[in-house]
This record gives sequence, structure tokens and C-alpha cells, in this order.
Amino acid sequence: MAVNIDLTTIWAFIIAFGIFAYVVMDGFDLGIGVLFPSFQPGPERDRAMNSIAPVWDGNETWLVLGGGGLFAAFPLAYAVILPATYPLIIAMLLGLVFRGVAFEYRWRDPAHRAFWDNAFTGGSLVAAMSQGMILGAILQGIKVVDRAYAGSWFDWLTPYTLLTGLGTVAGYALLGSTWLIWKLDGEAQDHARKLAMRAGLATVVLMAGVSLYNVALNETYAAKWLTAPELYYALPVPILTAIVALLLWRAIRTAQHSKPFWLSILLFLFGMAGLGFTIWPNVVPPGITIWDAAAPERSQIFMLVGVAITMPLIIAYTGWAYWVFRGKVGDEGYH
Amino acid sequence: MFETFDALLLARIQFAFTVSFHFIFPAFSIGLASYLAVLEGLWLKTGKQVYLDLFKYWLKIFAIAFAMGVVSGIVMSYQFGTNWSVFSDKAGPVIGPLMAYEVLTAFFLEAGFLGVMLFGMNKVGRKLHFTATLMVAAGTFVSAFWILSVNSWMQTPTGYELGANGQFLPGDSWIAIIFNPSFPYRLVHTVIAAYLTTAFVVGGVGAWHLLKDKTNEHARKMFSMAMWMAALVAPVQIFAGDQHGLNTLEHQPAKVMAMEGHYQSHPDGAPFYLFGIPNDKTQTLEYAVGIPKASSLILKHDLNAPLAGLDTIPRDEQPPVFLVFWAFRIMVAIGTGMMLLGFWSLFARWRGTIYEWPALHRAAIVMGPTGFIAVIAGWVTTEVGRQPYTVYGLLRTAQSASPLDAPALAASLLAFIIVYFAVFGAGVWYILKLMQKPPHTGEKGVKRTEKGPVRTAGITPGPSQNPGDPSALPEDHEEATDGR
Repeated sequence: MAVNIDLTTIWAFIIAFGIFAYVVMDGFDLGIGVLFPSFQPGPERDRAMNSIAPVWDGNETWLVLGGGGLFAAFPLAYAVILPATYPLIIAMLLGLVFRGVAFEYRWRDPAHRAFWDNAFTGGSLVAAMSQGMILGAILQGIKVVDRAYAGSWFDWLTPYTLLTGLGTVAGYALLGSTWLIWKLDGEAQDHARKLAMRAGLATVVLMAGVSLYNVALNETYAAKWLTAPELYYALPVPILTAIVALLLWRAIRTAQHSKPFWLSILLFLFGMAGLGFTIWPNVVPPGITIWDAAAPERSQIFMLVGVAITMPLIIAYTGWAYWVFRGKVGDEGYH
Repeated sequence: MFETFDALLLARIQFAFTVSFHFIFPAFSIGLASYLAVLEGLWLKTGKQVYLDLFKYWLKIFAIAFAMGVVSGIVMSYQFGTNWSVFSDKAGPVIGPLMAYEVLTAFFLEAGFLGVMLFGMNKVGRKLHFTATLMVAAGTFVSAFWILSVNSWMQTPTGYELGANGQFLPGDSWIAIIFNPSFPYRLVHTVIAAYLTTAFVVGGVGAWHLLKDKTNEHARKMFSMAMWMAALVAPVQIFAGDQHGLNTLEHQPAKVMAMEGHYQSHPDGAPFYLFGIPNDKTQTLEYAVGIPKASSLILKHDLNAPLAGLDTIPRDEQPPVFLVFWAFRIMVAIGTGMMLLGFWSLFARWRGTIYEWPALHRAAIVMGPTGFIAVIAGWVTTEVGRQPYTVYGLLRTAQSASPLDAPALAASLLAFIIVYFAVFGAGVWYILKLMQKPPHTGEKGVKRTEKGPVRTAGITPGPSQNPGDPSALPEDHEEATDGR
């Protein structure tokens, strides 16, 4: 049994890592989609698009890993969360369909480029909002009877989930704009800096809002954040978040190139750590812990072998693919 | 009761719709990725410009097909949970890890190297770029390996134990799960199908351009390559399909009975029906036209071998016969047509008229898209044929569905239908537009630039601009100036 507990915990952290990798990687390209209308049609938009065209597909693969990994490692959680957030999942998928094909179609069909640009923005916005709301719907708790979702149609639609949805949109916009600060130069970069400042402010405010709401959401969460000794584990998270937010603000305003992006990722890391601390050890609050939902040990071990072998390789060649396209996206596109 | 049935049917229609749509793109991209690898390999080996041109010509098409495959595939990884949550909970411990392996070993490989393959030709060396192409091709194959293993396990489950909570749990050997009895046959049959589908698309496009200009060197090359595939691989596929059928007879006899339209048992030689209207209510094949004893010959290699019919299977364990019967016939007819076209091309090659026989080229154009129909028909045969089960013989489809209400499923189904037809319809349209342009020397890649339309007009080498074909020009501008 002791081994099983360890494996399940390891798997919880692997899934958390997968979600984090997805959120920051697809987050920045979804964020660029959200911000797209603020860029001038023509070179500015094309450069923004070119900065993510070679990598978006790999970025979205982390979402498949999130879905597939949850299915494999915590099948019960997968079987409960998806029906519970059904409309959001469908909306997210359709949003991703639109924005995914827009990458190709806008080049193939210049006559309808404006339409596909809108599809890119609309799809990205819907996907980002849905993802944030799914997160909120899980955190606020899901009604489960007899291993199945037992809530009603609109349990996922509450002020809290709207708040987490908006927070995610703002956070993705922050990631997208700081990515563009890194990849662009000249006027386009100045524009990205302005966007990053607004998105950063919105992100920090909404993060604080979600944190306060968490405490008000139920007694378990409140007890975690407000009573000793848990409080002492939790306290560093908001403090570090505040420090990172200040550093980020300075980095965006000064002439830094890559630093704002890395600090945004750090901000997301602390945000996720805080939410993880809140939900732990449940995977579907209030009733299903990671151990309740875990796949049997044989499945966990088999997959762990796969992850141990492939994950370093995946990180290596993904890193290489980013490295190939390093540097500013210049006037000439790719050479 | 009526309401549950409705929701179940809607869930099935939705899954069938999204998976059929999705399947079209991998069926194409598995074959096309390998074809691209072959073209680039030949270019590196021989240094001939024609291979590089063809590589770039098909790369543009691949980029669109792949994007459609990715987005429709992401939908699939969530459809299990949205529509079949009870199945997901019960079968997750066994098939979940296989799907996780698919993501880890295939999807990341494809996606990681795709960017370099599409946009990186001038960013990395030739060998490294070729490696990226090979990795993408390998990724598509590995993906087929895992997902077909999952599907095969659902058809012929082995290596599992039943848990106290109703879950299927892995036994002590994953090999028994991965290499379940129908998997090797299904893998071979499906992957060859993907190669043939692509070959016929390439052949059809080549034939189209040969009809317009039989001297076009690029069209000649692609047509010739495709026809070699047709002549050599189509017969192999028919043999592989036969072996797969024999395997199905062993493990899922009811499916074969439905494919054959055998409602009744035949103690001394069963006929192969060429035509008939299956009627499940009366359990008869109406207006049947058949070849006596032929089915026994195919399935048992003996004219008089007895074959059991659906009368040996309880009614509530039978698959719906009509769809299975006809989908199977469509697949077989197309497969036979492919083989015949392949033989015709051999004859034309021997006569020395393979590039100058318009009738052959027209036939190749007609056969061009049939691979997709055959693939979908084959899929319907095997998936409808294993009803009423999701995990064959163990878990019924009716017991696998999510606790969703019919209106929710109906609304999302409608949304899927509208969005898929609009989005993928546009994609197919763009692909057709690319195919309509003749391949030419100095073909451009998928590079993009933000400069205006005039930029590249002067860079395309003069001879390659086919003055007879106005469609060759207007769209070149959106591709950038990859000088190679």
C-alpha cells in the first residue's frame, strides 16, 4: 500500500506538470489569439502569427497529454469531470478547431483572411475562457453519486467560474504579450509592452480575486489558508507571487526582451501552486481524492516507465524545435 | 426508457461523426508523411530537382491536412470522457495507458518535428531536415500502432482482470493487452489502407495534370510512383484483408455473419451474396443474389464447409446487419477496383503508354478519392459489426454512456456538424485548390512572409510558370521566397 500511495502522488505531480506545461505553452499562443485584433492587419499580424506557427501544434499536444494522462492515471476523475463540464469542453474543443485551422487557412485564402483572423481570435478566446471555467468548476466542487456526475446542467456556471475564466484569459494574454516582447522588435514590440502592462495588471487583480474567493468558497479551503499550521506552508505562495508581480512590472517597463516572459511563467507557477495547495489531496472536490480516482498500480508503473523514458526526450526535441526558430521574427519571415 | 435510448443513439451518432471525420485526415497524413520522406530521401540521394519540387508541392497539402488532423484529434481525446464516461471509468486502467503512450511516443514526435519539417528547411542542414521528416513519418505510424492496439483490445479483449469496483484491470502482462489477437491483422490492414489511400490521391492528382499536359515531368513522376503502389500493394492489401477476416471469424463470428448477410446457418456450403437487402426484423436477406458455396470457400477454403449464421446468436447480441453488410461490400468493391487499376497501369507501362493513355488517367482520377470511402467503409464494418458491445462480449454500449441528457447531446452534435462541415469543408477546398495547380520546377515550400503580393512573382523561374494554365499564378504570392 505504501508503494501505491507514492505512485499516486507521483502521478498527481506528473499530471500537474503536464497541465502546467500546457498552460504556459499553449497559453502564450492562445493569448496572442486573444490579443490579435489589437495588431494592425499586415506585417504586424503576420509577424505575431509567424512567431508561433512552428510551435503551436506541439504546444497543443500537451492538452492531449492532459486529457489522455488524466484518463490513464485517474480514470474516475476523467469520467466525472468531462460530463460535469460538458458544455465547456465542447466549447473549448470547437474553439480550438477554429483557431487551429486558422493558422493554415489565413495563408491559403488571402481573400478571406479577415474572417480567419476573427476565427483565430474568437476560437482562442472561447478556448481560454472555457479552460479557466473548467478549472473553476473543478475547484468549486462537483456533485458525484455512485462514481458518476450527479449535478445539473448548469452547475459549471457560477460567478466563481466566470472569475477563474476571466483570470485565465488575462493570464494567457499576459503570456502572449510577453512572448511577443521577446520575439518582436521596433514598434510592434512597444505595442506588445503596452499590452503586457494591461494584461499583467488584470492578471494580478484577478488572481487576487480568485484567491479571496477560494477562502470564501467553503470551510475546507478557508481552514487551509487561514489556520495554523497549514497557513505557514501556504504563506510563501502569495508573498512570492507579489514579488514576482513587481519584478514583472519592472521588466516590462524597462528594455528587457525575454525576461518578462520568464517572469510571467513564474507567476503562473505560483498561481498553480496556490490552487494545487487548495485542492490537495482531492482531484475532484469535495469527495474524490487522488487515491480514490487512481488507476491500479500496474497501470501506473507501466506508464511511469514510459514517462521516464520519453519525457526527457520530448523536452529535448521540443527545446531543439524552439531553438531552431530562436531570435526575433524579422521582416523576411522564415529563412 | 425512451429518453435513455435517445441519448444513447445521439451519443453514438456524435462519436461516429467525430471519429469518421477525424479518421479521414490520419488516413491521408500517415501515407503522405511517408511519401514525403521517400521524396526527400530520393532528392538527397539523387540530387534531382523533380523530387524536391514534388516534396514541396505535397508539403503544402500535408500542412493543411495535418492541421485538420490535429484539431479533430484533440476532440477525440475528450470524446471518450464526454460521451462514454462509464466506459472510460471501467476501461481506463487498461486502455488509458496505451493512449498515454500514443501521446508520449507519437503525438509529441510528430508535433515537435513538424515545425522544422514545414518551416525549417533553410534553418537546419539537409540531413537534419530529413531527420525531422522521418520523425514526423515515424510519429504517424507509431500513433496508428497505439490507437489500433486500443481499438483491437476493445474488439478482442485479453490480458485483463475484473476488479471489485467493476473496472477492467491490467493482468500481469501488458504484452497480452497490447498484442491482443486481432491487433496485428488490424494494424497491417489499416496502415496499408492509409498508404493506398494516399497513393490513389497522388495518382489522381498526377493523372489530372497529365490529362492537361502529358509532358509535365512532375506529373509523370508522381503518377508513375502512385501506380507502382497500386499494382504492388493493392493485391497485398486484399490478402491482408482476407487474413483479417479469418481472424474476425475466429474471434467475432457474429460480425462476419453480418458482413456475409448470413441470417441462417449453412450446414453444407454457404453462398457469398453479391446483393441483398438485410432485414433484421424478419431475419432475412431480401432480394438476395449470391454465388453458391463461395463464402465457405473464402472463409474455410472448402466449398462444403458448414458456416453458422445469426440464428445461432441471440437477437440482443446481434449487430445491425444492413450497415455492416453494405459497408463491407463497398470496401471490397473499391479494393478490387484499386487492384484492377494497378494491373491496367502495369499493362500500360509494358505498352509504353502509361503517360499517354487518357482513359487510364481518367480512371485514376475517378479512383483518386475512393481510398477515403474504403477506409470509412472498413471502419463502419468493424465498428458497427462489434455492436452491441464497446468491450466485446463484456461491456455493452448501452452501459457505457455518460449520464447526459438527450438535448445536451443533440445541441453539441449539431454544433459539431456545422463547425466540421464549415471548417473542414474549407480545408478540403484549399487542398483541392493546391492540387489544381500543376507541380513545377522551383516549387515553393510553406514559407510565409508578411510582404505584399507582388514580392515573389518575379522570383519564380520563368519556365515553370505555365502560361497555358492561369491557375498557376494567382496564389503563388502568399508563399515566401524560398529560393531553393
